[in-house]
Amino acid sequence: MHADTVNRKAEALAALASVPSEPGAPKPDPILVVDNVVRRFGGLTAVEVEHVEIQRGSITALIGPNGAGKTTFFNQLTGFDTADSGAWTFNGKPMNGVSAHQVARRGMVRTFQLTKALSKLTVMENMRLGAQKQRGENFFRALFSGLWQPQEDEITVRAEELLERFKLGAKRDDFAGSLSGGQRKLLEMARALMVGPELVMLDEPMAGVNPALTQSLLGHVKDLREQGMTVLFVEHDMDMVRDISDWVIVMAQGTVIAEGPPDTIMADARVIDAYLGAHHDAPLTTAEAEEQLHQAEAELEAEIEEKA
Amino acid sequence: MDWTLIFSRAVEAGIGTEAVIYALAAIGLNIHFGYTGLLNFGQAGFLAVGAYGVATTVATLGLPFWLGIVIGLAAAVLFALLLGIPTLRLRADYLAIVTIAAAEIVRLVVRSVALQGTFGGTDGLEAFSDDFYGMNIYSPGQYGIGPIAFDHRTLWVLTVGWILVAAACAVVYLVMKSPWGRVLKAIREDEDAVRSLGKNVFSYKMQALVFGGVIGSLAGFLFALSRAATQPDLFSTELTFFAYTVLILGGAARVFGPVLGAVIFWCLLILVKTGMEEAVNHQVITFITVNQVGSINYMLVGLGLVLLLIYRPQGILGDKREIALDAR
Ligand SMILES: Nc1ncnc2c1ncn2[C@@H]1O[C@H](COP(=O)(O)OP(=O)(O)OP(=O)(O)O)[C@@H](O)[C@H]1O
Ligand SMILES: [Mg+2]
Repeated sequence: MHADTVNRKAEALAALASVPSEPGAPKPDPILVVDNVVRRFGGLTAVEVEHVEIQRGSITALIGPNGAGKTTFFNQLTGFDTADSGAWTFNGKPMNGVSAHQVARRGMVRTFQLTKALSKLTVMENMRLGAQKQRGENFFRALFSGLWQPQEDEITVRAEELLERFKLGAKRDDFAGSLSGGQRKLLEMARALMVGPELVMLDEPMAGVNPALTQSLLGHVKDLREQGMTVLFVEHDMDMVRDISDWVIVMAQGTVIAEGPPDTIMADARVIDAYLGAHHDAPLTTAEAEEQLHQAEAELEAEIEEKA
Repeated sequence: MDWTLIFSRAVEAGIGTEAVIYALAAIGLNIHFGYTGLLNFGQAGFLAVGAYGVATTVATLGLPFWLGIVIGLAAAVLFALLLGIPTLRLRADYLAIVTIAAAEIVRLVVRSVALQGTFGGTDGLEAFSDDFYGMNIYSPGQYGIGPIAFDHRTLWVLTVGWILVAAACAVVYLVMKSPWGRVLKAIREDEDAVRSLGKNVFSYKMQALVFGGVIGSLAGFLFALSRAATQPDLFSTELTFFAYTVLILGGAARVFGPVLGAVIFWCLLILVKTGMEEAVNHQVITFITVNQVGSINYMLVGLGLVLLLIYRPQGILGDKREIALDAR
């Protein structure tokens, strides 16, 4: 198992080693190829991506400042919004105009930045819903439980395994609406995996998840790569990006401004300018933190005095 | 005051023709609104389409009764498709607006002067129910226990009606505990999440609209057959709102919610009405006349509904925990 882990990661890294660190760089075995995708909201160009390829079997991070267009870009690719122009292929097949549910069926499954737990369904029902090709989802077959119950049992077993992995086993019969924000994130990710995707697109999967759990979630995401899935995720936490991603794509104001291996990207002047800021790397020392605190307090007091 | 009369009337209403019709209409609405979250405000239209389907086929065209039933059902399916195709891709409120308008269009078409030869105008149609009563298994007479009694025709309508209610509940129970029902409930919660899991949301919403509409048309058949006549103004928007009252009273998204709601609604409505009439007639209440009882009765219905929504929004059979989730 462990040897295999090293293998897949090494494979992905080896494949990406020869790829130049420049926006739009071609990859040896791309699962997703995007060309000239543009989405405008009135006068605002939210997304204008010239060319991007996602390497199969890799974990790719999509980073960029708030409002860079990451979520909008996800929405275009997954059929939740209609691009003004552009073309993209998944596994070599064109995906323009393919409706959202068809996109998922073809193996490209996304999660949402604003979590969409189905509140009045139990955690287990949420999970079961993710399974594909269910016989009981046909109205007439639904009437005869004998026709779908065996499949339902298989689905339940699979769901239970995933719930255990995501530490939600104890919650299986609770309403999803009763879960905490972080637990909902976990449920949504587990539910997406029930679809059995080839490409998993996670929009800020770790937002609101506690540090200990983040560690184990990172493990799960790496695990997805081991199982042969490709992962594309949006994340603001740079430590996490550095830890798990094989490749990083940086968006700013709708366009891809840089891409490359995590270390290269984090040293890139444009990226530091647009996103990370000068101090991103050095964690604060206690003295520095206190200094900042004093400064903030002083500013606050000054403000209060001004008002008085 | 004649308490026996008051209570026997109330019980008769609780299991009577109106209760059956509203139970079926509300079962249909339950599929639309309770399970799938579709705001159908045109359930009266589905009843009208069913009623006029059978009435027109038999009375106007002189074709067999059973063909009329088939045409009524087909018309309900068609009506659902016509409503659904333009609106189900849009936001929920559009369906509400379109359905309320479409039901009114149906009513205005069947009452129009131009089509009087086909649908009978404001007088409606009659002479289409002979075959139905010809199948009556009860011989003429009064049937009942003590003061509660029905004649053989009403009893036949009730027998068929309650069998239909039972069958509809059985089908709803079966499909709602299946993966199919799970998709509907998920759509009610969040369409986009369901899309992202590879389900064709439009298709499921359409199936729900058709299924609930067909059950609504069964209520329409019973409505027409029980009166042996059908008039356009029976199918006004008021009918839809009473069906919603029944549904919310009993508990939405519960298999027996609409049935219990219909029984209690009609029982209470007639209990209060007969009670007030008796009280006025026996000078127990002196400040209103018998003619005002009807209006006051409906005011009390409104008041009751408001109190219900405040103190028990989940209805009688509903689950308090589910309502609590909305506040999160
Ligand atoms: N439906 C919409 N209508 C108008 N403008 C929109 C719409 N959706 C997004 N935008 C705009 O497009 C830009 C990109 O938004 P998007 O949500 O894609 O950002 P993001 O990169 O996901 O940011 P964050 O990191 O904060 O999630 C923003 O300026 C936003 O205001
Ligand atoms: Mg976003």
